[in-house]
Amino acid sequence: MKEKIVEILTELRPEFDFTEEVNFIEEGMLDSFDIVSLVDELETNFNVKIDGVDIIPENFSSIDSIETLLKKNGVA
Amino acid sequence: MDFKFKNKKVSGILTILPKRVVTFEEEMGNYNFPEKKSLRLKKVMGYNTHRVAAEGQCSSDFCIAGLQYLFDNNLLNKDEIDALLFVSQSPDYFMPPTSNLIQGHFGLKHDMICLDINQGCAGFEIGLIQAFMLLEQESVHKVVLMNADVLSPKVSIHDRNSKPLIGDAAAVTIVEKGNDDKEIFCSVNMDGTGAKSLMIPAGGFRMPCTEETAVEHEDEAGNLRSLNNLVMQGDDVFNFVQREVPPMISHLLERSGFSVEDIDWFMFHQPNKFMLNKLADAIGVPYEKMPSNIVENFGNASGVTVPTTISYNLGERLEKESFKVCMAGFGVGLTWSSIMMEMGSLKFNKIIEF
Repeated sequence: MKEKIVEILTELRPEFDFTEEVNFIEEGMLDSFDIVSLVDELETNFNVKIDGVDIIPENFSSIDSIETLLKKNGVA
Repeated sequence: MDFKFKNKKVSGILTILPKRVVTFEEEMGNYNFPEKKSLRLKKVMGYNTHRVAAEGQCSSDFCIAGLQYLFDNNLLNKDEIDALLFVSQSPDYFMPPTSNLIQGHFGLKHDMICLDINQGCAGFEIGLIQAFMLLEQESVHKVVLMNADVLSPKVSIHDRNSKPLIGDAAAVTIVEKGNDDKEIFCSVNMDGTGAKSLMIPAGGFRMPCTEETAVEHEDEAGNLRSLNNLVMQGDDVFNFVQREVPPMISHLLERSGFSVEDIDWFMFHQPNKFMLNKLADAIGVPYEKMPSNIVENFGNASGVTVPTTISYNLGERLEKESFKVCMAGFGVGLTWSSIMMEMGSLKFNKIIEF
């Protein structure tokens, strides 16, 4: 799952290296519109619906947090 | 706060749209973002075209055009109007009230009340509730509710947060006493601690417009705007809507004794398609029961989106049929409000251009 998340993030913002262990939000690698686009891509690729209340910056700050979010919303 | 009314009805809705159509692609070059990124956003948010008022056109002009249409077509009698409500964030002047200006324009009777209400995205629900309250009085038989906003001149052309979604429009809704004792359930909620999440910082008494307030600055996301422009904290607004609106609708349904399946239409304010679909998912409403086609065709004209949704999606059907409708608005204030009522057999329900 992690590889796919990195692939989606890289397609979204090719100028950044998402394998680095940094906070994507604090580092300015993802803005609010990137998050909206990311949610759309994650929902399509993982065939899942992400709950609106979960769409907060903290849940998109790292690969691990995105993976946790996907698992919470039903991705095995 | 809960409200309940009986023997009131909506008897007509007229939406008035500017003739000028602006496409997302026309404005895309103004944004400080790569084209690919902007087009991706267009798809997800549902941006396409929006209606923009011509230079010099004010909110009251659209209301006057709508009322003139109703008078000319014998759909409304001047002498029957007991109250004129103008709900807007873009009045003609700080003083006098725009509703008084409109009353004066038509030379309406003096024995009536004119009232301006400063409200935005929940303005249709707030206006209807105010109309229902006035109709509790013996002397009030017919209220004309005007929702109108021409905010496009206040949005920076370099602001991708707000420019693609903003639309100008007005709606004239007739609310009157009825014989139907079916209950109308309403809910109003406000949180002023979030008041600055959506605002125009300069131009009022607190911060008058000056040369300094007109200077554009770049925000963290790359948008350019000045203090004279509308600014929206998109994250805060999105989170507030997702957190507060679903429980409000659950509570409204619980009070009314209806389930989601019993409701024919969920006519919600439309900031963007993404937010609306997330709300539909959270409430458990099929997308076909919650139309999301206004922002992509006409833009978000704050309190006018709900009547526009009703006019655009139901049109003449609402003149012949009757539906259980759940309406909701949410935004500036912060305000979130909803109404559950039977709506049907309207005298008119249409869109005109001005």
